[in-house]
Amino acid sequence: MSRNTLKSRTRTRPLSRRRFLQTIASAGAITALDWQGLPAFANTPQARPGMIEGNHFELAIESVPVNITGHQRISTAINGSTPGPTLRWREGDTITASVTNRLKVPTSIHWHGMRIPTGMDGVPGLSFPGIAPGQTFVYSFPVLQNGTYWYHSHSGFQEQTGLIGAIIIDRKEKDPIEFDREYVILLSDWSDSNPQTIYSNLKQDSDYYNYHRPSLASFLSEAKQKGFGSTLSERLMWARMNMSPGDIADVTGATYTFLINGQAPNTNWTGLFQSGERIRLRFINGSSMTFFDIRIPGLPMTVVQSDGNDVEPVTVDEFRIGLAETYDVIVQPKEDSAYTIFAQTEDRSGYARGTLATREGMIAPVPAMDPRPTRTMMDMGMDMSKMARMSGMSGMKMAGMDMSSMPGMKKDSKADMQGMDMSSMQGMKMDGHDMPDKKMQNNAGLGMMPGMKMGSRDGKTPFPQPGPSTMPIIPDAATSATNMNSANSTPVKMHPGPKVAMVATSTSGQLSNPGAGLDNNGRRVLTYSDLRARYRGVDQRPPNREIELHLTGNMERFIWGFNGQTYPNADPINLKLGERVRIILINDTMMEHPIHLHGLWSELENGHGEFNPYKHTIIVKPAERVSYLVSADTPGEWAYHCHLLFHMTSGMFRKVVVS
Amino acid sequence: MKNAIKLLRITAFILFVAAFNQHANAQATPPDAPDTGPTPAITQPMKSMPEMENHVFLHAMLDQFEGRTNTQSTAFRWDGEAWTGTDMNRLWIKSEGTIDKGSMSDGDHEALYDRPIPHMRYFDAQAGLRADLDSGPTRLWAAFGIEGLSPYSFEIAPTLYISDGGHIGGRIEGSKDLLITQRLILQPQAELNFYSKDDPGRKLGSGLSDLDSGLRLRYEINRKFAPYIGYVYTGEYGDTATYTRQSGEPTSSSTFVFGLRLWR
Ligand SMILES: [Cu+2]
Repeated sequence: MSRNTLKSRTRTRPLSRRRFLQTIASAGAITALDWQGLPAFANTPQARPGMIEGNHFELAIESVPVNITGHQRISTAINGSTPGPTLRWREGDTITASVTNRLKVPTSIHWHGMRIPTGMDGVPGLSFPGIAPGQTFVYSFPVLQNGTYWYHSHSGFQEQTGLIGAIIIDRKEKDPIEFDREYVILLSDWSDSNPQTIYSNLKQDSDYYNYHRPSLASFLSEAKQKGFGSTLSERLMWARMNMSPGDIADVTGATYTFLINGQAPNTNWTGLFQSGERIRLRFINGSSMTFFDIRIPGLPMTVVQSDGNDVEPVTVDEFRIGLAETYDVIVQPKEDSAYTIFAQTEDRSGYARGTLATREGMIAPVPAMDPRPTRTMMDMGMDMSKMARMSGMSGMKMAGMDMSSMPGMKKDSKADMQGMDMSSMQGMKMDGHDMPDKKMQNNAGLGMMPGMKMGSRDGKTPFPQPGPSTMPIIPDAATSATNMNSANSTPVKMHPGPKVAMVATSTSGQLSNPGAGLDNNGRRVLTYSDLRARYRGVDQRPPNREIELHLTGNMERFIWGFNGQTYPNADPINLKLGERVRIILINDTMMEHPIHLHGLWSELENGHGEFNPYKHTIIVKPAERVSYLVSADTPGEWAYHCHLLFHMTSGMFRKVVVS
Repeated sequence: MKNAIKLLRITAFILFVAAFNQHANAQATPPDAPDTGPTPAITQPMKSMPEMENHVFLHAMLDQFEGRTNTQSTAFRWDGEAWTGTDMNRLWIKSEGTIDKGSMSDGDHEALYDRPIPHMRYFDAQAGLRADLDSGPTRLWAAFGIEGLSPYSFEIAPTLYISDGGHIGGRIEGSKDLLITQRLILQPQAELNFYSKDDPGRKLGSGLSDLDSGLRLRYEINRKFAPYIGYVYTGEYGDTATYTRQSGEPTSSSTFVFGLRLWR
């Protein structure tokens, strides 16, 4: 693609007050980018990523020294900073990005969550060859969506060494979310170790970074609480399976420092505000291996967007952000004081921390980390009745088992119950219930609505992102009838082996469960069933078929996959252009997996029917069964994988072909 | 034959160098020593997606690298292994031996092809060659074994050997890590050897020939560098014990040990 054929212009728009402030901040960042004279002492504040705006971008990827822990290391930077600059786009524009590789190895940039032609997706070996050293690749695509997204390398382990950055896409229409000021909060996990070394260590000893294995010392303290007998029988049960309730995270604070916008907790990234302002925080989990639980003590957060799509505002005290997910929240501090943005890791081995303050230098107390969660027998997908029969377990009243993690136990609101059941329903009830706009659909003559055309069934453009003026596509009567009959999936039989350490015998929907360690902590915690899309989904056709995939793995060998297969041995998942499928994920492992489908939306079936939220990355909890709908509206070869970097690399990756 | 011996000597040497290298690199900065190696951006291999998880790894571990001291003598013993390969195909090298008063005994070195057993979650099959290579006469064996993790996390490795002279041998090794704290670990370990026929040259008798068992308490300064102390009991049985008695040596011993557990 020749750059000359693409008009290069930089938009000039009058600066609003908020944009003016951001520009100042980014200008400051760029002048602070002189690494040459930087002394190598501990905890040098890293350069803040700047923001660049427009529709043509020159990006250079190179190795840059950083000092995050007191040791100088090499990061993979974009335009000199790690994370790279925030790219600000405008919906409807066609953007071009010339990416120049100044590394000694190939590189790539993948635009996470973007609905773009497959050749622009940036996955080496799949949708393009990668960018060779010294080479420049020009990405060019129309921006058909809006919201908060991010970009990262899809080459080797570059993402782990800092090749990440935020994307903000302003919407064409007036943004219905009102705010006076905004900040990107890009979370990441930094290690001084070479990621290759981390991966190698995990292959040799999957507990390498886990300093919470069951020990005699922990036995004694547990026995004091739960009694000797039940502690012992529980221990023996885990030991018999060579598994551990302490397996929360594979790579932990033992090697990681957790960052907000590239800043370590002690350098304390700070965002300034004036009291009374509505601040939009765009949270992005750009880490390689870490789930974060986020709260701002003293400030309720109103979640307004997830993975770039608006949701009905829901006010919470805390939420978990899976790898690659994004959440936009609105906070409105009324006091003239400081607030800590506290992002503890799921395994509580560390935290990222930043501050919102009215003046530079103000700080608020940093809360203590919550107790570390443990896996329960439920997480192993074990049948409760079977469990009770096991020696020593009967009559122990489930001591040590986290009953609260059972879906539906904690609350019983309607949404929760829906969220719980929907994923295990084979789609039958989906379209029948909760159809406030049925009337509209019935009244509308076929072929008369703008969205009706099924424009992208011919594969030229994807369905538009749902918005206030986006019309849903009305199910074509003939298609939907046959589809309803043929929407079935053959269950996949799983067998234990080197790549499958366990097969869950009992899985359930857990969409109203906020996740391990977040139950009953006295705070309002976001769950997946709280996510109700603000705008009706575009494609209202029922799925014509179902694809069942087990998330499998062998922790001990550190091999992960789908349906017991690692990537090179697996056939691609073939989708017919224009078809609508339901993907059912069944997690046969004890870890959460954030599953990311490139190029297409994943509409999480969380019980909100036409208002099911659109996502690009979906966390699947241990022993959970989740379903989502996918419109195969863009042809090409798409990556489909777990976003835990080392899970993806060790096999939890598939190719999805839409043709 | 000479070449094979040379090859095995070289691999044993490489094993040591690798382990010592690690020792030198290991810093007492728990829990994870910073990697002093080259920087990721420059050396990390560019794997395109289709070959993603076929990474080749290299691991070496010296499980025992120790002095064994009692009132009579001090001997030096090592027992280590190294492997290289992918998830499904690996080459293993195992080596163990004892150096006592300038001579090497129980020298046993193996080169094995290793592959996970289908439908087994934690066990690998191994096949290859073993050479008994020390101050005594050299013996060559074909080796067939399995190695892995039994329920309750016992490391178990039974191996069957068939020698060029038609002898059959067997060995069972087992160990388990008992965590006292996250870093203080007690490891019971045992190795038993069996032979089908007497081998007077190497002073081995038929039946159960010997047992080497130990209880070691290690402290993991980091995962790759753990000093330990321990107590070891060795015993010889049957005709093996008779050979030993004839040469005026004791057939069993109890010793204190101190050493290092190292890996890279
Ligand atoms: Cu995963």
